[in-house]
Amino acid sequence: MNLLTPAFGLLLWTLLAFLIVFFILKKFAWPAIIKGLKDRQQSIADSLATAEKIKIEMAQMTNEHEALLARAREERAQLLKEARETKEKIINESKEQAKIEANKIVIEAQAAINTQKMAALTEVKNQVGKLVIEVSEKVLRRELGNKEAQETYIKGLVEEVKLN
Amino acid sequence: MLIFHFPFSPFLEVFHLCPLIFAPNFRNGMISGPVKCLLVAAFSLFSTFIFAQDGQQKEPKKLFDANEVIFGHIMDAHEFHFFSYKGNDGEEHHATIPLPVILYSPRRGFSMFMSSEFHHGKHNYSGYSLLTSEKIVEWKLNPKKYNIGQVVAVKENGEIDAAVKVYDVSLTRNVVQMIIALSLLVWIMLAIAKRYNKGEGVASAPKGVQNLFEPVITFVRDDVAKPNLGNKYEKYLPYLLTIFFFILINNLVGLIPGTANVTGNIAFTMLLALISFIVIMFSSNKHFWKHIFWPPVPHGVKPIFIPVEILGIFTKPFALMIRLFANMLAGHIIILSLVSLIFILGAANKIVGYAVSPFSIAFVVFIYFIEILVAFLQAYIFAMLTAVFIGQAYESEHHEEKMHI
Repeated sequence: MNLLTPAFGLLLWTLLAFLIVFFILKKFAWPAIIKGLKDRQQSIADSLATAEKIKIEMAQMTNEHEALLARAREERAQLLKEARETKEKIINESKEQAKIEANKIVIEAQAAINTQKMAALTEVKNQVGKLVIEVSEKVLRRELGNKEAQETYIKGLVEEVKLN
Repeated sequence: MLIFHFPFSPFLEVFHLCPLIFAPNFRNGMISGPVKCLLVAAFSLFSTFIFAQDGQQKEPKKLFDANEVIFGHIMDAHEFHFFSYKGNDGEEHHATIPLPVILYSPRRGFSMFMSSEFHHGKHNYSGYSLLTSEKIVEWKLNPKKYNIGQVVAVKENGEIDAAVKVYDVSLTRNVVQMIIALSLLVWIMLAIAKRYNKGEGVASAPKGVQNLFEPVITFVRDDVAKPNLGNKYEKYLPYLLTIFFFILINNLVGLIPGTANVTGNIAFTMLLALISFIVIMFSSNKHFWKHIFWPPVPHGVKPIFIPVEILGIFTKPFALMIRLFANMLAGHIIILSLVSLIFILGAANKIVGYAVSPFSIAFVVFIYFIEILVAFLQAYIFAMLTAVFIGQAYESEHHEEKMHI
């Protein structure tokens, strides 16, 4: 076995060993390993792509969300403003209404008072007329002899009236 | 792997070398001085011993022979040899794991027995003999044709029978170690594949051993196969992954002390290169061959180009073979040389031997780390270049034109 002369036995065994190892590995090991690595690479690439997509979607959603929030905030402010305005309007209107009502009541009251007053005056006038008539009747009915007695009688009548 | 004998006696050859070895240290006089010195020492010792051996055949065998140690490790053998020791009976004993010897000769048919039957070359068994360095000298065999550790047929009287052709298909230590390493590889890969089949690592995060191999597998896929093979990469990926891990596991297992040097064996790398060559040839298209037999160069230059292009078909796998072989072999030799340095110097002078050991071990550790890198690197380069050559073989016309511009 010289250093540079290949030994026949070793050549043969190496050939056998190589062929056996090659076919075993080619059939049972390499396809599984290569496929496994490929699948994983694919799944990692897919996952990354999905993650990127989701990230973009998330950013979009956040933007939308923020826009929505801003709009909501604006709306709220608007609503509050409107509410305040409405409130003031209502208060003012109520005040106006109340004032008008009050005035109306006052006017009505005055009118009623006036009416009552007029009625009372009419009543008084009627009463006075009646009394005058009654007194006159009484006076007329009595035959007045003297002046003195006449006057006393009238006085008595007047007093009667006063008592009323 | 290493045989350590401790009878330190003056080893004149080395002793004379010492000033020569340390000379660069004085000349450099820089921080990197000791580094260079040791590297130079390691290399020069190794080369010195290759040449020195012939002249020292008559020296007593007790001396530490780095050449024998290193070649004993890097070459294939019929047993796993760990260490030798001298027993109480004065005999030399070897701590080994014997391996099966399987021989075929057209005249004698198959025979199979354990390598322990040879008793390390001392005995013949069923008409076969294991060559040792002594036998080669004794029988006056041609050292180019017969090597230490080779099994040859012998006659009844114990003489070599050169007429009988012996095919040695033994389970040598390289074969056994390769089978162990590959069983480990298959087991790991099947375990990983099972996990992927169950959805672990697909839908969930990978766990344990998956994490260890996944980056390597994706590296081969994304940096070796895809750039060189384009759309067709999935067709060649199983082959590239197999060749990558086939080399890697054998490189790494070969780094464990005591194990054999499988990937640094020319037969191993030759076979892998041959398979790559076949794969390249089968993936070649019309354009590839047109480019070789009718290169797009002026007509006058064509006679020069065509032989070069034809040669190029073969030099590519040849370079693959030599590259892996030389790299792995060199790594093992450097580590062994650095360890042997301690014993070579120790044989010359005990104190020098002890003094040099920390440096030597520090370097061994350093080289070991480099070797781990090289184990990965060579597997990568082999797979990468195979992918490049396959890619070139089916390149489209359009692509080729673009490259020329």
